[in-house]
Amino acid sequence: MSAKSPKDFSLSCPVPITRYPNILMAHGGGGKLMHDLIANMFAVVFKNPFLMEGHDSAVLDLSRKKIAMTTDSYVVRPLFFPGGDIGSLAVYGTVNDLAMSGARPLYLSAGFILEEGLGMEMLWRVVQSMGRAAKKAGVQIVTGDTKVVDKGKGDGIFINTSGVGIIEHRQKVSPRSVRPGDCIILSGDIGRHGIAIMAVREGLEFETTIKSDCAPLAHLVGKLLSAGVEIHCLRDLTRGGLASALNEIALQGKVSIELDENMIPVRGDVQGACEILGLDPLYVANEGRFVAFVKEKDAARALKIIKKDSLGTDASIIGKVRKEFPFIVTMKSKIGANRIVDMLTGEQLPRIC
Amino acid sequence: MKYLDEYRAKEAAEGLSREIRRIITRPWTIMEICGGQTHAIVKFGIDELLPEDITLVHGPGCPVCVTSLELIDKAIEIASRSEAIFCSFGDMLRVPGSKKDLLSVKASGGDVRIVYSPLDALKIAKDNPAKQVVFFAVGFETTAPANAMAVYQAHKEGVKNFSILVSHVLVPPAMEAILSSPNNRVQGFLAAGHVCTVMGTTEYYPIAQKYRVPVVVTGFEPLDILQGILMCIKQLEEGRWVVENQYTRSVKEEGNSQAQKLIKEIFEIVPRKWRGIGEIVKSGLGLREPYRLFDAERRFALGDIKTQESPECISGLILQGVKKPYECAAFGKKCTPEHPLGATMVSSEGACAAYYRYRGLKVNKTKSRKNSTKR
Repeated sequence: MSAKSPKDFSLSCPVPITRYPNILMAHGGGGKLMHDLIANMFAVVFKNPFLMEGHDSAVLDLSRKKIAMTTDSYVVRPLFFPGGDIGSLAVYGTVNDLAMSGARPLYLSAGFILEEGLGMEMLWRVVQSMGRAAKKAGVQIVTGDTKVVDKGKGDGIFINTSGVGIIEHRQKVSPRSVRPGDCIILSGDIGRHGIAIMAVREGLEFETTIKSDCAPLAHLVGKLLSAGVEIHCLRDLTRGGLASALNEIALQGKVSIELDENMIPVRGDVQGACEILGLDPLYVANEGRFVAFVKEKDAARALKIIKKDSLGTDASIIGKVRKEFPFIVTMKSKIGANRIVDMLTGEQLPRIC
Repeated sequence: MKYLDEYRAKEAAEGLSREIRRIITRPWTIMEICGGQTHAIVKFGIDELLPEDITLVHGPGCPVCVTSLELIDKAIEIASRSEAIFCSFGDMLRVPGSKKDLLSVKASGGDVRIVYSPLDALKIAKDNPAKQVVFFAVGFETTAPANAMAVYQAHKEGVKNFSILVSHVLVPPAMEAILSSPNNRVQGFLAAGHVCTVMGTTEYYPIAQKYRVPVVVTGFEPLDILQGILMCIKQLEEGRWVVENQYTRSVKEEGNSQAQKLIKEIFEIVPRKWRGIGEIVKSGLGLREPYRLFDAERRFALGDIKTQESPECISGLILQGVKKPYECAAFGKKCTPEHPLGATMVSSEGACAAYYRYRGLKVNKTKSRKNSTKR
């Protein structure tokens, strides 16, 4: 993608650092150039009182007993893809990890590892995207770090974000809380992020552009919690897809999971791409989908709440938790037979024919 | 999704299953040739809808599984060289060679790339004139036309830094090898629909007649496979052995003549060593004389490579339909998709990997018990 003609780049926000069109080693060197970068790029977009203190660490007053904390690193290639970019992904990914423990995300840190020679305009677009994403997700980026590595030692931009959120409810949301009889709600169609990335990365052309589902999920989880839905476990579906997430939960919760293939929403274009490439949508990555394990009596109500939200219109109850054969995920296939849904081995590699 | 859901409809599947049960009077063993069909059978649980009297055995039609160890080692040798960019379909990267696989070559700095078409590899060659770009041309008659096209274009455009490592295999000689084996159990075949889309159905007529075995050209969706089985059982029960075409929406009797012409222009029939089975005469494709300069084995002057298969791996017997994956002592123990001993545990089309992924170990044990009492 050309940095010079970005489609989603607002011309009203020019790159604030015009002296250097590319990142130099000195931008991570701790001297004036680094301070310029922080002051003119990061601070402008992420502006908040904690960050503006300019101290070695942000001092937060959480005044709560229970907080959730998480960290994640983002190395996606290409940096921009249909439906998102590394910046929005770095915010939403960490926000979603916090949301899955039932926390309300509040603060993020952002660590950048930049490759020497990276276009300043490219960085500016990523930073702006992070700013927009943080606003949408209701979080503040309160501290950060920048390092520059030699050309060829990075891949443009790597971002690490850590996040802190507060837990305002009394439920224990964890794989260990999952109980036989729980209903499993999937918040929407699966496989879009993985296929969107693969299509751009490998230059595959389909009739329609498949956009990543990349989105923040905390508000949707918040709605379920404030409605008093008894949630036993939440898990966002990232690498490894739905199949890997459910296998992890079956293993940690010492239960078995029974799915119904007919109830798992997959969009036609994603299904088509998977058929061509020999991939199984159950194993394809997502960045804006989660599964909720809820008590059976609350399942219908929870589904209604999720479906009302624009991110959850295709939500569906896809299966149930069982006691028999612990640790195993099975699925009733479309023709009515049963099969095991195993954890993915390594990367999913396209089949030959 | 249109043209997909129709072929996965539960009611229609149950209808075919009822019809099979209605007409069957005794046990029959049927082999599905293609790994794509094996994958679908296990993924959708098609065999669960069949009566116990039908035993499905899984054929050698997984290109990843039958590519010889020598060729995998040669691929690894080429990919390790600094002047080479080695391009392959994704499946091949995890196949164990004698010492390592292509993924480990990539991890130690080799330029190994996954491509989706041989023409992508040709483009990489044009974009990197200082490098030798090699495409791993594996597969049956299905992938041969595209690979032939890449060589044809490279020849036409004078691309001098492109070559292919050829491991092409042909279905009919493999079927004959299975049928003439003293261990043969196969009484009917589901022939590979996509191979026949290219080659047509006529080359199976002599096989059906000579070995008195029904051959039903079959597609890959659950309803295709169930209907193919029904047609095969019907022939067996009626004492007929002819070639029938279930996959009419894709396969014509004469096949794709343009594709066949291209294959004939670029390739000639050669003996080929099949992994786990051994050498079968006239069972492979090699580059024809004017195109031999695109042969990677020649370009890299690769001599004979001595190889040793894992003595515990019974993939040869599995590929011939003599044994089932759960009859192997190493299955799921020493041999898993993370640490495969043989190629049938690698590709999702390989019978062992398909069983491991979709059946797990618990279910297999039950199935194994059921089968052993039956015999």
